[in-house]
Amino acid sequence: MASELKVPTMAEFFASGTVPEVLFWVGCAGSFDDRAKKITKAFVKILNKANVSFAVLGTEESCTGDPAKRAGNEFLFQMQAVTNIEVLNAYDIKKIVTACPHCFNTIKNEYPGLGGNYEVVHHTQFLKDLLNDGRISMEGGNFKGKRITFHDPCYLGRANGVYEAPRDLIRKLDAELIEMKSCKQRGLCCGAGGAQMFKEPEKGDKDVNIERTEQALETKPEIIAAGCPFCNTMMTDGVKNKEKEGDVQVMDIAEMIATAEDL
Amino acid sequence: MQYLPNIIFVILLIVGVGFFVKNVSKLKRNIFLGKDASVTDNKPQRWKNMAKIALGQSKMVVRPIAGALHIIVYVGFVIINIEVLEIILDGIFGTHRMFAVLGPVYDFLIGSFEVLALLVIIAVVVFWIRRNVIKLKRFFKPEMEGWPKKDGNLILYIELVLMILFLTMNGADYQLQQMGADHYAAAGSFPISSFIAPMFEGMSISTLVLIERTAWWVHIAGILFFLNYLYYSKHLHILLAFPNTYYGKLTPKGQFRNLQSVTDEVRMMMDPDADPYAEPAEDAAVPDKFGASDVQDLSWVQLLNAYTCTECGRCTSECPANQTGKKLSPRKIMMDTRDRLEEVGKNIDANNGEFKDDGKQLLNDFITPEELWACTSCNACVEACPISIDPLSIIMDMRQYLVMEQSAAPTDLNNMMGNIENNGAPWPFNQMDRLNWSKES
Repeated sequence: MASELKVPTMAEFFASGTVPEVLFWVGCAGSFDDRAKKITKAFVKILNKANVSFAVLGTEESCTGDPAKRAGNEFLFQMQAVTNIEVLNAYDIKKIVTACPHCFNTIKNEYPGLGGNYEVVHHTQFLKDLLNDGRISMEGGNFKGKRITFHDPCYLGRANGVYEAPRDLIRKLDAELIEMKSCKQRGLCCGAGGAQMFKEPEKGDKDVNIERTEQALETKPEIIAAGCPFCNTMMTDGVKNKEKEGDVQVMDIAEMIATAEDL
Repeated sequence: MQYLPNIIFVILLIVGVGFFVKNVSKLKRNIFLGKDASVTDNKPQRWKNMAKIALGQSKMVVRPIAGALHIIVYVGFVIINIEVLEIILDGIFGTHRMFAVLGPVYDFLIGSFEVLALLVIIAVVVFWIRRNVIKLKRFFKPEMEGWPKKDGNLILYIELVLMILFLTMNGADYQLQQMGADHYAAAGSFPISSFIAPMFEGMSISTLVLIERTAWWVHIAGILFFLNYLYYSKHLHILLAFPNTYYGKLTPKGQFRNLQSVTDEVRMMMDPDADPYAEPAEDAAVPDKFGASDVQDLSWVQLLNAYTCTECGRCTSECPANQTGKKLSPRKIMMDTRDRLEEVGKNIDANNGEFKDDGKQLLNDFITPEELWACTSCNACVEACPISIDPLSIIMDMRQYLVMEQSAAPTDLNNMMGNIENNGAPWPFNQMDRLNWSKES
């Protein structure tokens, strides 16, 4: 049994008059969704192992407003944004890491115009930096030689041009990285973006996540790697729909690293 | 009478170019029915984008076959226009092959025009086969039925005829040069049309002159016709691709615009010193409408986008909603925007420069909420467009209108937004429970 998670809050740092190296923005999915919570915990385990001084906002965190904005509710988005920015600025936050590409995109691109300027990185970028700086070591372990395909989250890839950090980490695990027929710039959406996660799809021939899962399964993977809690849900549902859950796992890259390191 | 052809030519030229200029001014007026857009920043990057994407065709080659064929037609179009310059000058001054004084350079030019003309013919034929025999899926979506399909083929026919006329003209000229006819001094090299020349074997000089002159006149008249056809077709991209790539989005694709009018409201709400009972100032402007329900609510760059679209359908073929059978097609969003804008423009023309309410708008009459709600905002359409058109921004502006002006979001989304408002998450969980995960094993 792994040791207990150390999850300090910003309030605790503030009370002790110290400043963490980075703020971990957990996000709503990472806080509440049972599947996504596992990703959050895996990432924290790695941070603990690497002795990264980080903090979370805890109960002071609130939705970034991304789903409201993409649904057309600019008003609600800006209310959320301004409130969050007040909290972040009050703590004088400089750097933010998050495991959710939607939070990542919103804080990085849409908060500056409302007074929130931070260095924002996706957790795969952060993990890669830890690796480059020698703060974590990665041995492939149980992932060695496994066939892994990576599903690009739209809001990480196309939206922000981050394609290589997650792929570099997969390669570091000594896994065999196989690309789907549409990947990187031309990666197909999982179907969750633009607030689709929270509504029924419009009438059509099939669901987007099924189409994407079919593309992923064409590569005959043992693992479908994801970098977004929503993609993770969509792909997991797709794999279940195809009755492949016995053969194919959907895992976040943080989970893969935590597993490889036996954390 | 000896100047009659010159006079006819000049009149033809003035009418052709004049009509085109008139249409361009109409186009410009329609585009600027849109709202202001802040696109004056970062000029070096904008020029670079135009050079790379429009001039350099960098995004065309993402699909190699269509890309290579397109580059042939594009280069052919640009280069053969040098020949059009000579034709115009010859027409005005009554000369024949004025540039022949360039000697070997002229030979090289005419030779390369001919090779390009042949390549263009081949490319156009392949394009036609893709549209009509292979029936590529993206050319057979519902929005392509009727005029758009005809339009696409018509453009190919015009290009084909123009190239055939060009080669016929040269072939007859070459034959006349061989026969030592008056006014047909040996000039130019004819690597392609010399193969047509044997067809003219045995014809008299006067017949050949007639053929050469007819081809010459129909060719230039055809070019002037094509110039004027552009405005009525999907083909404006040959001009508008340049400004469109220049004004294209420079910020990350995921960055959506923050509405200033909303920011002002939110700031006021959050300001503890704001007087909640203050009357609005007498001269206060009417608050901006939120989002877009018609073309005038969009920015002029979005309207430029609409006129620039050449209906290639790369956006639609990459769209996850369209791929899975939903009604949304980003190409249709652009076509609808353009068609509605044309309708508004005609309305203004018919009503002495004032738009008279016609009881229609872009929303519902052209684009339905069902289409708008099917979008995943994944940016695949934006990435796919070879000339920097952004259908997603129009979809998002129209969603804003639906939600903020009409409260017409799907119920599920209303629930989601209610949750965010009440407890700071899209699901009904208490904000006080946000850190519970850290204590669960």
